[in-house]
Amino acid sequence: MSEVVAAKKRRRRDVNPLEYLKRPWMWLALAGCFVFLYFPLVTLVAFSFNSYKRAFIWKGFSLKWYEKAMGNEALHEAFLNSMQVAAWSTVVSTALGAMLGLALYRYRFPFKGTYEGIAHLPIVIPEICMAVAMVTFFWAVGIELSLTTVIVSHIAFTIPFVAVVIRSRMAGFDVSLEEASRDLGASEWQTFWNVTFPYMIPGLVAGALMAFVLSLDDFVITFFTAGVGDNTLPVKIYSMLRFSVTPEVNAASTVLIVITLTLTLVAMVMQSRWGKENNQ
Amino acid sequence: MEDWRKNKLAFAVFMGPATFWLLVFFTIPLVVIWIYSFGERGPLGQTYLAFSFENYLRAVEPIHLKILWKSLWLGGLATFLCLAVGFPVALGIAFAPDRWKNPLLLVVVLPFFTNMLVRTFAWVVMLGSRGIVNSGLEWTHGLLDGGFSLAGMPDLMGTFQPLELLHNNYTVVVGLVYVHLPFLILPLYATLEKMDRSYLEASLDLGAGQWRTFFSVLVPLAMPGILSGCMLVFILSMGNFIIPDRLGGTDSLMIGNLIAQEFNKARDWPFGAALSFVVMYPVFIFFVINALRARYQDRRRAEV
Repeated sequence: MSEVVAAKKRRRRDVNPLEYLKRPWMWLALAGCFVFLYFPLVTLVAFSFNSYKRAFIWKGFSLKWYEKAMGNEALHEAFLNSMQVAAWSTVVSTALGAMLGLALYRYRFPFKGTYEGIAHLPIVIPEICMAVAMVTFFWAVGIELSLTTVIVSHIAFTIPFVAVVIRSRMAGFDVSLEEASRDLGASEWQTFWNVTFPYMIPGLVAGALMAFVLSLDDFVITFFTAGVGDNTLPVKIYSMLRFSVTPEVNAASTVLIVITLTLTLVAMVMQSRWGKENNQ
Repeated sequence: MEDWRKNKLAFAVFMGPATFWLLVFFTIPLVVIWIYSFGERGPLGQTYLAFSFENYLRAVEPIHLKILWKSLWLGGLATFLCLAVGFPVALGIAFAPDRWKNPLLLVVVLPFFTNMLVRTFAWVVMLGSRGIVNSGLEWTHGLLDGGFSLAGMPDLMGTFQPLELLHNNYTVVVGLVYVHLPFLILPLYATLEKMDRSYLEASLDLGAGQWRTFFSVLVPLAMPGILSGCMLVFILSMGNFIIPDRLGGTDSLMIGNLIAQEFNKARDWPFGAALSFVVMYPVFIFFVINALRARYQDRRRAEV
Protein backbone atom coordinates (compact mmCIF):
# COMPACT_ATOMS: atom_id res chain seq x y z
CA MET A 1 0.00 0.00 0.00
CA SER A 2 2.66 2.45 1.06
CA GLU A 3 4.66 1.50 -2.00
CA VAL A 4 1.79 2.45 -4.24
CA VAL A 5 1.60 5.85 -2.53
CA ALA A 6 5.34 6.31 -2.86
CA ALA A 7 5.22 5.42 -6.54
CA LYS A 8 2.42 7.90 -7.06
CA LYS A 9 4.44 10.56 -5.32
CA ARG A 10 7.46 9.79 -7.43
CA ARG A 11 5.43 10.13 -10.58
CA ARG A 12 4.16 13.49 -9.43
CA ARG A 13 7.67 14.69 -8.78
CA ASP A 14 8.45 14.37 -12.50
CA VAL A 15 6.64 17.66 -12.98
CA ASN A 16 8.40 20.38 -11.03
CA PRO A 17 5.86 21.07 -8.26
CA LEU A 18 6.20 24.82 -8.68
CA GLU A 19 5.46 24.89 -12.39
CA TYR A 20 1.81 25.52 -11.86
CA LEU A 21 1.31 26.27 -15.53
CA LYS A 22 2.03 22.63 -16.38
CA ARG A 23 -1.17 21.61 -14.62
CA PRO A 24 -4.38 21.28 -16.57
CA TRP A 25 -6.57 22.95 -13.91
CA MET A 26 -4.39 26.02 -14.15
CA TRP A 27 -4.97 26.23 -17.89
CA LEU A 28 -8.66 25.86 -17.24
CA ALA A 29 -8.60 28.76 -14.76
CA LEU A 30 -6.62 30.99 -17.12
CA ALA A 31 -8.77 30.14 -20.12
CA GLY A 32 -11.95 30.73 -18.10
CA CYS A 33 -10.71 34.11 -16.95
CA PHE A 34 -9.77 35.18 -20.46
CA VAL A 35 -13.14 34.16 -21.86
CA PHE A 36 -14.81 36.11 -19.05
CA LEU A 37 -12.70 39.18 -19.84
CA TYR A 38 -13.00 39.12 -23.62
CA PHE A 39 -16.29 37.51 -24.61
CA PRO A 40 -18.51 40.51 -23.69
CA LEU A 41 -16.22 42.99 -25.47
CA VAL A 42 -15.86 40.86 -28.58
CA THR A 43 -19.63 40.45 -28.75
CA LEU A 44 -20.14 44.17 -28.41
CA VAL A 45 -17.73 44.85 -31.28
CA ALA A 46 -19.20 42.07 -33.42
CA PHE A 47 -22.71 43.49 -33.17
CA SER A 48 -21.58 46.91 -34.32
CA PHE A 49 -21.28 45.23 -37.75
CA ASN A 50 -24.76 43.74 -37.63
CA SER A 51 -27.13 44.83 -40.35
CA TYR A 52 -30.24 44.22 -38.24
CA LYS A 53 -31.60 47.00 -36.11
CA ARG A 54 -33.25 45.18 -33.24
CA ALA A 55 -30.19 44.97 -31.12
CA PHE A 56 -28.78 41.49 -30.88
CA ILE A 57 -29.95 39.18 -33.61
CA TRP A 58 -27.34 38.60 -36.28
CA LYS A 59 -28.57 39.33 -39.81
CA GLY A 60 -25.37 39.78 -41.78
CA PHE A 61 -22.39 42.11 -42.04
CA SER A 62 -22.88 45.82 -42.59
CA LEU A 63 -21.14 49.13 -41.93
CA LYS A 64 -24.32 51.15 -41.82
CA TRP A 65 -24.12 51.85 -38.06
CA TYR A 66 -20.73 53.41 -38.58
CA GLU A 67 -22.15 55.57 -41.36
CA LYS A 68 -25.00 56.53 -39.10
CA ALA A 69 -22.68 57.34 -36.20
CA MET A 70 -20.52 59.45 -38.53
CA GLY A 71 -23.57 61.35 -39.70
CA ASN A 72 -24.72 61.96 -36.12
CA GLU A 73 -23.98 65.64 -35.52
CA ALA A 74 -23.98 65.37 -31.71
CA LEU A 75 -21.72 62.33 -31.70
CA HIS A 76 -19.37 64.11 -34.05
CA GLU A 77 -19.16 67.11 -31.76
CA ALA A 78 -18.63 64.88 -28.72
CA PHE A 79 -15.76 63.16 -30.50
CA LEU A 80 -14.08 66.48 -31.32
CA ASN A 81 -14.56 67.67 -27.73
CA SER A 82 -12.98 64.46 -26.44
CA MET A 83 -9.97 64.93 -28.69
CA GLN A 84 -9.57 68.55 -27.64
CA VAL A 85 -9.78 67.75 -23.92
CA ALA A 86 -7.44 64.78 -24.22
CA ALA A 87 -4.89 66.73 -26.27
CA TRP A 88 -4.70 69.66 -23.85
CA SER A 89 -4.57 67.55 -20.72
CA THR A 90 -1.92 65.32 -22.27
CA VAL A 91 0.38 68.23 -23.12
CA VAL A 92 0.15 69.86 -19.69
CA SER A 93 0.12 66.74 -17.54
CA THR A 94 3.03 65.17 -19.43
CA ALA A 95 5.17 68.26 -18.85
CA LEU A 96 4.24 68.66 -15.19
CA GLY A 97 4.15 64.94 -14.41
CA ALA A 98 7.55 64.36 -16.03
CA MET A 99 9.16 67.11 -13.97
CA LEU A 100 7.56 65.73 -10.83
CA GLY A 101 8.65 62.18 -11.62
CA LEU A 102 12.21 63.32 -12.25
CA ALA A 103 12.31 65.33 -9.02
CA LEU A 104 10.92 62.42 -6.99
CA TYR A 105 13.54 60.16 -8.55
CA ARG A 106 16.38 62.54 -7.90
CA TYR A 107 15.86 64.41 -4.63
CA ARG A 108 15.64 63.51 -1.00
CA PHE A 109 13.59 66.03 0.99
CA PRO A 110 11.76 66.21 4.32
CA PHE A 111 8.30 64.58 4.44
CA LYS A 112 8.86 62.95 1.06
CA GLY A 113 6.74 59.94 2.03
CA THR A 114 3.80 62.14 3.01
CA TYR A 115 4.18 64.20 -0.15
CA GLU A 116 4.15 61.10 -2.32
CA GLY A 117 1.14 59.73 -0.48
CA ILE A 118 -0.88 62.88 -1.16
CA ALA A 119 0.37 63.25 -4.74
CA HIS A 120 -0.69 59.69 -5.54
CA LEU A 121 -4.15 60.03 -3.98
CA PRO A 122 -5.84 60.80 -7.33
CA ILE A 123 -4.90 57.27 -8.41
CA VAL A 124 -6.48 55.54 -5.42
CA ILE A 125 -9.58 57.44 -4.29
CA PRO A 126 -12.83 56.57 -6.07
CA GLU A 127 -13.37 58.80 -9.09
CA ILE A 128 -16.75 59.96 -7.84
CA CYS A 129 -15.12 61.47 -4.73
CA MET A 130 -12.65 63.45 -6.82
CA ALA A 131 -15.43 64.46 -9.23
CA VAL A 132 -17.68 65.93 -6.54
CA ALA A 133 -14.70 67.62 -4.88
CA MET A 134 -13.87 69.35 -8.17
CA VAL A 135 -17.44 70.52 -8.78
CA THR A 136 -17.72 71.86 -5.25
CA PHE A 137 -14.41 73.66 -5.61
CA PHE A 138 -15.28 75.27 -8.96
CA TRP A 139 -18.63 76.30 -7.61
CA ALA A 140 -17.18 77.67 -4.36
CA VAL A 141 -14.64 79.89 -6.15
CA GLY A 142 -17.18 80.91 -8.79
CA ILE A 143 -15.70 79.30 -11.91
CA GLU A 144 -18.34 78.38 -14.47
CA LEU A 145 -18.27 74.75 -15.64
CA SER A 146 -17.08 74.27 -19.22
CA LEU A 147 -14.65 72.17 -21.21
CA THR A 148 -11.86 74.14 -19.53
CA THR A 149 -12.85 72.90 -16.08
CA VAL A 150 -12.87 69.37 -17.52
CA ILE A 151 -9.32 69.87 -18.85
CA VAL A 152 -8.12 71.30 -15.53
CA SER A 153 -9.52 68.30 -13.62
CA HIS A 154 -8.12 65.80 -16.11
CA ILE A 155 -4.67 67.31 -15.76
CA ALA A 156 -4.88 66.94 -11.98
CA PHE A 157 -5.70 63.25 -12.10
CA THR A 158 -3.28 62.32 -14.89
CA ILE A 159 -0.18 64.02 -13.41
CA PRO A 160 0.49 61.23 -10.86
CA PHE A 161 0.20 58.54 -13.54
CA VAL A 162 2.77 60.29 -15.75
CA ALA A 163 5.04 60.80 -12.73
CA VAL A 164 4.94 57.07 -11.95
CA VAL A 165 5.84 56.15 -15.55
CA ILE A 166 8.75 58.62 -15.67
CA ARG A 167 10.06 57.42 -12.34
CA SER A 168 10.10 53.82 -13.45
CA ARG A 169 11.92 54.87 -16.63
CA MET A 170 14.53 56.77 -14.59
CA ALA A 171 15.10 53.75 -12.33
CA GLY A 172 17.29 52.31 -15.08
CA PHE A 173 19.30 55.50 -15.57
CA ASP A 174 23.06 55.41 -15.06
CA VAL A 175 23.95 58.47 -12.96
CA SER A 176 27.60 58.23 -13.93
CA LEU A 177 26.61 59.53 -17.38
CA GLU A 178 25.62 62.83 -15.81
CA GLU A 179 28.80 62.90 -13.72
CA ALA A 180 30.88 62.27 -16.83
CA SER A 181 29.14 65.09 -18.64
CA ARG A 182 29.83 67.51 -15.80
CA ASP A 183 33.42 66.35 -15.48
CA LEU A 184 33.90 67.11 -19.15
CA GLY A 185 32.83 70.66 -18.52
CA ALA A 186 29.11 70.75 -19.39
CA SER A 187 26.89 72.95 -17.25
CA GLU A 188 23.91 71.53 -15.28
CA TRP A 189 21.61 72.84 -17.97
CA GLN A 190 23.58 71.34 -20.86
CA THR A 191 23.83 68.05 -18.98
CA PHE A 192 20.09 67.96 -18.52
CA TRP A 193 19.23 68.63 -22.16
CA ASN A 194 21.97 66.51 -23.72
CA VAL A 195 22.17 63.56 -21.34
CA THR A 196 19.16 63.20 -19.05
CA PHE A 197 16.39 64.39 -21.34
CA PRO A 198 17.19 62.10 -24.29
CA TYR A 199 17.10 59.17 -21.87
CA MET A 200 13.64 60.25 -20.67
CA ILE A 201 12.06 60.39 -24.14
CA PRO A 202 10.58 56.85 -24.30
CA GLY A 203 9.13 57.44 -20.84
CA LEU A 204 7.67 60.74 -22.01
CA VAL A 205 6.01 59.07 -24.97
CA ALA A 206 4.61 56.25 -22.82
CA GLY A 207 3.43 58.71 -20.16
CA ALA A 208 1.80 60.96 -22.76
CA LEU A 209 -0.05 58.04 -24.37
CA MET A 210 -1.25 56.93 -20.97
CA ALA A 211 -2.46 60.42 -20.09
CA PHE A 212 -4.26 60.65 -23.42
CA VAL A 213 -6.02 57.32 -22.92
CA LEU A 214 -7.00 58.13 -19.33
CA SER A 215 -8.44 61.47 -20.36
CA LEU A 216 -10.21 60.12 -23.43
CA ASP A 217 -11.76 57.30 -21.40
CA ASP A 218 -12.81 59.25 -18.37
CA PHE A 219 -16.51 59.45 -17.74
CA VAL A 220 -17.17 60.18 -14.08
CA ILE A 221 -15.04 63.29 -13.62
CA THR A 222 -16.05 64.66 -17.03
CA PHE A 223 -19.73 64.06 -16.32
CA PHE A 224 -19.56 66.21 -13.18
CA THR A 225 -17.16 68.94 -14.26
CA ALA A 226 -18.53 69.60 -17.76
CA GLY A 227 -20.87 72.48 -18.42
CA VAL A 228 -24.37 71.97 -19.78
CA GLY A 229 -24.16 70.58 -23.31
CA ASP A 230 -20.40 69.98 -23.22
CA ASN A 231 -20.42 66.33 -24.17
CA THR A 232 -17.38 64.15 -24.59
CA LEU A 233 -17.59 60.77 -26.30
CA PRO A 234 -18.08 58.70 -23.09
CA VAL A 235 -20.67 61.17 -21.79
CA LYS A 236 -22.52 61.00 -25.10
CA ILE A 237 -22.42 57.21 -25.07
CA TYR A 238 -23.84 57.28 -21.54
CA SER A 239 -26.80 59.38 -22.60
CA MET A 240 -27.35 57.24 -25.70
CA LEU A 241 -27.48 54.18 -23.46
CA ARG A 242 -30.12 55.92 -21.42
CA PHE A 243 -32.54 56.47 -24.23
CA SER A 244 -32.11 53.94 -26.97
CA VAL A 245 -29.75 51.07 -27.39
CA THR A 246 -29.18 50.69 -31.12
CA PRO A 247 -26.05 49.28 -32.75
CA GLU A 248 -25.03 52.91 -33.28
CA VAL A 249 -23.86 52.83 -29.65
CA ASN A 250 -21.88 49.69 -30.42
CA ALA A 251 -20.25 51.49 -33.33
CA ALA A 252 -19.33 54.54 -31.23
CA SER A 253 -18.02 52.25 -28.46
CA THR A 254 -15.97 50.27 -30.97
CA VAL A 255 -14.33 53.44 -32.24
CA LEU A 256 -13.40 54.32 -28.65
CA ILE A 257 -12.07 50.80 -27.99
CA VAL A 258 -9.93 50.83 -31.14
CA ILE A 259 -8.36 54.22 -30.36
CA THR A 260 -7.55 53.42 -26.72
CA LEU A 261 -6.27 49.91 -27.38
CA THR A 262 -4.01 51.04 -30.21
CA LEU A 263 -2.45 53.79 -28.08
CA THR A 264 -2.08 51.46 -25.09
CA LEU A 265 -0.38 48.80 -27.18
CA VAL A 266 2.06 51.34 -28.61
CA ALA A 267 2.89 52.53 -25.07
CA MET A 268 3.41 48.97 -23.86
CA VAL A 269 5.62 48.02 -26.78
CA MET A 270 7.77 51.07 -26.04
CA GLN A 271 8.05 50.08 -22.39
CA SER A 272 9.11 46.54 -23.21
CA ARG A 273 11.73 47.98 -25.61
CA TRP A 274 13.38 49.85 -22.76
CA GLY A 275 13.41 46.68 -20.71
CA LYS A 276 15.59 45.10 -23.39
CA GLU A 277 17.73 48.18 -23.79
CA ASN A 278 18.42 48.24 -20.04
CA ASN A 279 19.46 44.62 -20.03
CA GLN A 280 22.08 45.12 -22.73
CA MET B 1 19.66 60.53 -4.62
CA GLU B 2 20.66 64.09 -3.85
CA ASP B 3 19.67 66.25 -0.96
CA TRP B 4 17.28 68.97 -2.10
CA ARG B 5 19.41 71.70 -0.49
CA LYS B 6 22.27 71.00 -2.88
CA ASN B 7 20.46 72.65 -5.74
CA LYS B 8 17.43 74.48 -4.45
CA LEU B 9 16.68 76.24 -7.72
CA ALA B 10 16.52 73.02 -9.77
CA PHE B 11 14.46 71.37 -7.05
CA ALA B 12 11.96 74.23 -7.09
CA VAL B 13 11.77 74.32 -10.90
CA PHE B 14 11.02 70.60 -11.14
CA MET B 15 8.75 70.21 -8.14
CA GLY B 16 7.00 73.56 -8.32
CA PRO B 17 4.55 73.39 -11.24
CA ALA B 18 3.09 69.95 -10.52
CA THR B 19 2.91 70.66 -6.80
CA PHE B 20 1.10 73.90 -7.51
CA TRP B 21 -1.38 72.19 -9.82
CA LEU B 22 -2.08 69.29 -7.47
CA LEU B 23 -2.38 71.67 -4.52
CA VAL B 24 -4.83 74.05 -6.19
CA PHE B 25 -6.81 71.57 -8.26
CA PHE B 26 -6.79 68.53 -6.06
CA THR B 27 -5.80 69.08 -2.43
CA ILE B 28 -7.71 72.33 -1.95
CA PRO B 29 -10.89 70.89 -3.55
CA LEU B 30 -10.63 67.97 -1.12
CA VAL B 31 -10.28 70.39 1.78
CA VAL B 32 -13.22 72.46 0.51
CA ILE B 33 -15.48 69.43 0.26
CA TRP B 34 -14.28 68.29 3.68
CA ILE B 35 -15.34 71.65 5.13
CA TYR B 36 -18.65 71.34 3.27
CA SER B 37 -19.26 67.97 4.88
CA PHE B 38 -19.74 69.82 8.19
CA GLY B 39 -22.01 72.43 6.60
CA GLU B 40 -25.76 72.83 6.42
CA ARG B 41 -28.08 72.85 3.46
CA GLY B 42 -30.16 75.97 2.92
CA PRO B 43 -33.80 75.86 1.73
CA LEU B 44 -32.83 76.48 -1.91
CA GLY B 45 -30.04 73.98 -2.00
CA GLN B 46 -27.34 76.47 -1.11
CA THR B 47 -24.72 75.55 1.47
CA TYR B 48 -24.16 77.35 4.76
CA LEU B 49 -20.88 76.76 6.47
CA ALA B 50 -21.32 75.40 9.96
CA PHE B 51 -19.71 72.97 12.28
CA SER B 52 -22.13 70.13 12.71
CA PHE B 53 -21.83 66.40 12.49
CA GLU B 54 -25.41 66.18 11.34
CA ASN B 55 -24.50 65.06 7.82
CA TYR B 56 -22.44 62.19 9.16
CA LEU B 57 -25.24 61.25 11.52
CA ARG B 58 -27.68 61.29 8.62
CA ALA B 59 -25.41 58.89 6.75
CA VAL B 60 -26.14 56.27 9.42
CA GLU B 61 -29.91 56.83 9.50
CA PRO B 62 -31.74 53.57 8.75
CA ILE B 63 -32.67 54.50 5.15
CA HIS B 64 -29.07 55.43 4.31
CA LEU B 65 -27.59 52.76 6.49
CA LYS B 66 -29.41 50.22 4.35
CA ILE B 67 -27.67 51.57 1.25
CA LEU B 68 -24.36 51.68 3.06
CA TRP B 69 -24.84 48.11 4.20
CA LYS B 70 -25.77 47.03 0.67
CA SER B 71 -22.64 48.71 -0.71
CA LEU B 72 -20.47 46.91 1.85
CA TRP B 73 -22.16 43.63 1.04
CA LEU B 74 -22.03 43.93 -2.77
CA GLY B 75 -18.51 45.41 -2.66
CA GLY B 76 -17.37 42.65 -0.30
CA LEU B 77 -18.86 39.92 -2.44
CA ALA B 78 -17.29 41.41 -5.58
CA THR B 79 -13.91 41.59 -3.81
CA PHE B 80 -14.16 37.98 -2.68
CA LEU B 81 -15.07 36.80 -6.19
CA CYS B 82 -12.22 38.85 -7.69
CA LEU B 83 -9.86 37.10 -5.29
CA ALA B 84 -11.28 33.68 -6.13
CA VAL B 85 -10.98 34.30 -9.89
CA GLY B 86 -7.81 36.39 -9.77
CA PHE B 87 -5.63 34.29 -7.46
CA PRO B 88 -5.18 31.30 -9.79
CA VAL B 89 -4.57 33.66 -12.70
CA ALA B 90 -1.94 35.70 -10.82
CA LEU B 91 -0.33 32.47 -9.59
CA GLY B 92 -0.27 30.98 -13.07
CA ILE B 93 1.32 34.06 -14.60
CA ALA B 94 3.85 34.56 -11.80
CA PHE B 95 5.09 30.98 -12.11
CA ALA B 96 4.99 30.90 -15.90
CA PRO B 97 8.21 30.74 -17.95
CA ASP B 98 9.69 34.24 -18.33
CA ARG B 99 8.88 34.70 -22.00
CA TRP B 100 5.20 33.99 -21.29
CA LYS B 101 4.82 36.45 -18.45
CA ASN B 102 4.52 39.71 -20.36
CA PRO B 103 2.14 38.46 -23.06
CA LEU B 104 -0.14 36.89 -20.44
CA LEU B 105 -0.12 40.05 -18.32
CA LEU B 106 -0.91 42.10 -21.40
CA VAL B 107 -3.92 39.92 -22.12
CA VAL B 108 -5.19 40.45 -18.57
CA VAL B 109 -4.62 44.21 -18.51
CA LEU B 110 -5.79 45.12 -22.00
CA PRO B 111 -9.56 45.14 -21.31
CA PHE B 112 -8.84 47.44 -18.38
CA PHE B 113 -7.81 50.12 -20.85
CA THR B 114 -11.13 50.11 -22.62
CA ASN B 115 -13.72 52.53 -21.39
CA MET B 116 -15.55 51.48 -18.24
CA LEU B 117 -18.85 52.60 -19.66
CA VAL B 118 -18.25 50.45 -22.72
CA ARG B 119 -17.39 47.47 -20.56
CA THR B 120 -20.58 47.98 -18.59
CA PHE B 121 -22.55 48.26 -21.81
CA ALA B 122 -20.99 44.99 -22.96
CA TRP B 123 -22.89 43.28 -20.15
CA VAL B 124 -26.15 44.83 -21.29
CA VAL B 125 -25.40 43.29 -24.68
CA MET B 126 -24.82 39.97 -22.95
CA LEU B 127 -27.65 39.85 -20.48
CA GLY B 128 -30.38 42.20 -21.75
CA SER B 129 -33.84 40.84 -22.49
CA ARG B 130 -32.80 40.72 -26.17
CA GLY B 131 -29.16 40.01 -25.32
CA ILE B 132 -26.91 37.17 -26.35
CA VAL B 133 -27.85 34.83 -23.54
CA ASN B 134 -31.57 35.29 -24.08
CA SER B 135 -31.24 35.00 -27.86
CA GLY B 136 -29.37 31.75 -27.34
CA LEU B 137 -32.10 30.49 -25.04
CA GLU B 138 -34.80 31.55 -27.48
CA TRP B 139 -33.06 29.71 -30.29
CA THR B 140 -32.74 26.57 -28.17
CA HIS B 141 -36.37 26.96 -27.19
CA GLY B 142 -37.42 27.18 -30.84
CA LEU B 143 -35.41 24.09 -31.66
CA LEU B 144 -36.93 22.08 -28.84
CA ASP B 145 -40.38 23.37 -29.72
CA GLY B 146 -39.94 22.19 -33.30
CA GLY B 147 -38.77 18.83 -32.05
CA PHE B 148 -41.76 18.39 -29.78
CA SER B 149 -44.17 19.46 -32.56
CA LEU B 150 -42.74 16.77 -34.79
CA ALA B 151 -43.21 14.31 -31.97
CA GLY B 152 -46.85 15.29 -31.81
CA MET B 153 -46.73 17.51 -28.71
CA PRO B 154 -46.97 21.02 -30.21
CA ASP B 155 -47.74 23.07 -27.08
CA LEU B 156 -45.45 21.43 -24.59
CA MET B 157 -42.91 24.28 -24.42
CA GLY B 158 -45.28 27.27 -24.46
CA THR B 159 -44.11 30.64 -25.79
CA PHE B 160 -40.63 31.87 -24.98
CA GLN B 161 -40.29 34.31 -22.08
CA PRO B 162 -36.93 36.09 -21.91
CA LEU B 163 -35.22 35.75 -18.54
CA GLU B 164 -34.84 38.92 -16.48
CA LEU B 165 -31.06 38.73 -16.15
CA LEU B 166 -30.37 42.43 -15.84
CA HIS B 167 -31.39 44.82 -13.09
CA ASN B 168 -30.62 42.82 -10.01
CA ASN B 169 -27.89 42.72 -7.41
CA TYR B 170 -26.11 39.73 -8.90
CA THR B 171 -25.60 41.48 -12.22
CA VAL B 172 -24.11 44.39 -10.30
CA VAL B 173 -21.64 42.02 -8.63
CA VAL B 174 -20.74 40.45 -11.99
CA GLY B 175 -20.16 43.92 -13.43
CA LEU B 176 -18.01 44.98 -10.47
CA VAL B 177 -15.88 41.84 -10.73
CA TYR B 178 -15.53 42.30 -14.48
CA VAL B 179 -14.38 45.90 -14.24
CA HIS B 180 -12.06 45.56 -11.24
CA LEU B 181 -10.40 42.18 -11.77
CA PRO B 182 -7.09 43.61 -13.11
CA PHE B 183 -6.75 45.77 -9.98
CA LEU B 184 -6.51 42.59 -7.95
CA ILE B 185 -4.42 40.53 -10.35
CA LEU B 186 -1.68 43.15 -10.81
CA PRO B 187 -0.63 43.74 -7.15
CA LEU B 188 -1.01 40.05 -6.41
CA TYR B 189 1.15 39.15 -9.41
CA ALA B 190 3.79 41.68 -8.31
CA THR B 191 4.00 40.07 -4.85
CA LEU B 192 4.02 36.48 -6.10
CA GLU B 193 6.58 37.29 -8.79
CA LYS B 194 9.23 38.56 -6.34
CA MET B 195 8.48 36.00 -3.65
CA ASP B 196 11.38 33.86 -2.52
CA ARG B 197 10.53 30.44 -3.92
CA SER B 198 12.97 28.55 -1.71
CA TYR B 199 10.38 28.73 1.10
CA LEU B 200 7.91 26.84 -1.05
CA GLU B 201 10.53 24.31 -2.07
CA ALA B 202 11.57 23.85 1.55
CA SER B 203 7.97 23.26 2.58
CA LEU B 204 7.46 20.70 -0.20
CA ASP B 205 10.78 18.98 0.55
CA LEU B 206 9.93 18.70 4.22
CA GLY B 207 6.83 16.72 3.35
CA ALA B 208 3.99 19.25 3.32
CA GLY B 209 1.58 18.70 0.44
CA GLN B 210 0.67 21.26 -2.21
CA TRP B 211 -2.43 22.40 -0.32
CA ARG B 212 -0.69 22.70 2.99
CA THR B 213 2.18 24.59 1.34
CA PHE B 214 -0.32 26.85 -0.37
CA PHE B 215 -2.21 27.78 2.78
CA SER B 216 0.61 27.84 5.34
CA VAL B 217 3.45 29.25 3.23
CA LEU B 218 2.33 30.83 -0.03
CA VAL B 219 -0.76 32.68 1.22
CA PRO B 220 0.96 34.23 4.28
CA LEU B 221 3.89 35.35 2.10
CA ALA B 222 1.51 36.83 -0.47
CA MET B 223 -0.56 38.60 2.18
CA PRO B 224 0.62 42.17 1.40
CA GLY B 225 -0.37 41.73 -2.25
CA ILE B 226 -3.69 40.09 -1.33
CA LEU B 227 -4.53 42.89 1.09
CA SER B 228 -3.64 45.79 -1.20
CA GLY B 229 -5.43 44.19 -4.15
CA CYS B 230 -8.56 43.48 -2.11
CA MET B 231 -8.51 46.96 -0.59
CA LEU B 232 -8.24 48.55 -4.03
CA VAL B 233 -11.08 46.48 -5.50
CA PHE B 234 -13.25 47.09 -2.45
CA ILE B 235 -12.74 50.87 -2.43
CA LEU B 236 -13.33 51.18 -6.14
CA SER B 237 -16.43 48.96 -5.98
CA MET B 238 -17.89 51.01 -3.16
CA GLY B 239 -17.42 54.23 -5.09
CA ASN B 240 -18.67 52.95 -8.43
CA PHE B 241 -21.93 54.41 -9.58
CA ILE B 242 -22.16 53.52 -13.27
CA ILE B 243 -22.50 49.78 -12.76
CA PRO B 244 -25.34 49.87 -10.19
CA ASP B 245 -26.98 52.54 -12.33
CA ARG B 246 -26.86 50.63 -15.64
CA LEU B 247 -26.89 46.99 -14.52
CA GLY B 248 -28.73 47.21 -11.22
CA GLY B 249 -32.39 47.40 -10.36
CA THR B 250 -34.25 49.93 -8.26
CA ASP B 251 -32.97 48.39 -5.04
CA SER B 252 -29.34 48.12 -6.17
CA LEU B 253 -28.40 51.67 -5.20
CA MET B 254 -24.91 51.85 -3.78
CA ILE B 255 -23.18 54.64 -1.96
CA GLY B 256 -21.66 55.98 -5.18
CA ASN B 257 -25.18 56.47 -6.61
CA LEU B 258 -26.25 58.22 -3.44
CA ILE B 259 -23.32 60.65 -3.70
CA ALA B 260 -24.10 61.30 -7.37
CA GLN B 261 -27.76 61.92 -6.53
CA GLU B 262 -26.97 64.41 -3.79
CA PHE B 263 -24.83 66.38 -6.23
CA ASN B 264 -27.27 66.17 -9.15
CA LYS B 265 -30.94 65.91 -8.37
CA ALA B 266 -31.17 66.37 -4.62
CA ARG B 267 -28.69 69.24 -4.48
CA ASP B 268 -27.76 68.50 -0.90
CA TRP B 269 -24.04 69.07 -1.25
CA PRO B 270 -23.05 68.95 2.43
CA PHE B 271 -24.67 65.54 2.80
CA GLY B 272 -23.08 64.33 -0.46
CA ALA B 273 -19.74 65.62 0.79
CA ALA B 274 -20.13 63.75 4.07
CA LEU B 275 -21.01 60.58 2.17
CA SER B 276 -17.94 60.81 -0.04
CA PHE B 277 -15.80 61.19 3.06
CA VAL B 278 -17.44 58.12 4.55
CA VAL B 279 -15.88 56.34 1.54
CA MET B 280 -12.54 58.17 1.73
CA TYR B 281 -11.74 57.97 5.47
CA PRO B 282 -11.04 54.22 5.30
CA VAL B 283 -8.79 54.87 2.27
CA PHE B 284 -6.78 57.43 4.23
CA ILE B 285 -6.54 55.14 7.27
CA PHE B 286 -5.39 52.25 5.11
CA PHE B 287 -2.66 54.36 3.52
CA VAL B 288 -1.43 55.77 6.81
CA ILE B 289 -1.18 52.26 8.24
CA ASN B 290 0.64 51.09 5.11
CA ALA B 291 3.10 53.98 5.29
CA LEU B 292 3.75 53.43 9.00
CA ARG B 293 4.34 49.74 8.40
CA ALA B 294 6.77 50.47 5.55
CA ARG B 295 8.67 52.93 7.75
CA TYR B 296 8.80 50.44 10.63
CA GLN B 297 10.16 47.74 8.34
CA ASP B 298 12.78 50.11 6.90
CA ARG B 299 13.94 51.01 10.37
CA ARG B 300 14.15 47.38 11.40
CA ARG B 301 16.14 46.59 8.30
CA ALA B 302 18.45 49.48 9.07
CA GLU B 303 19.01 48.18 12.60
CA VAL B 304 19.89 44.69 11.47
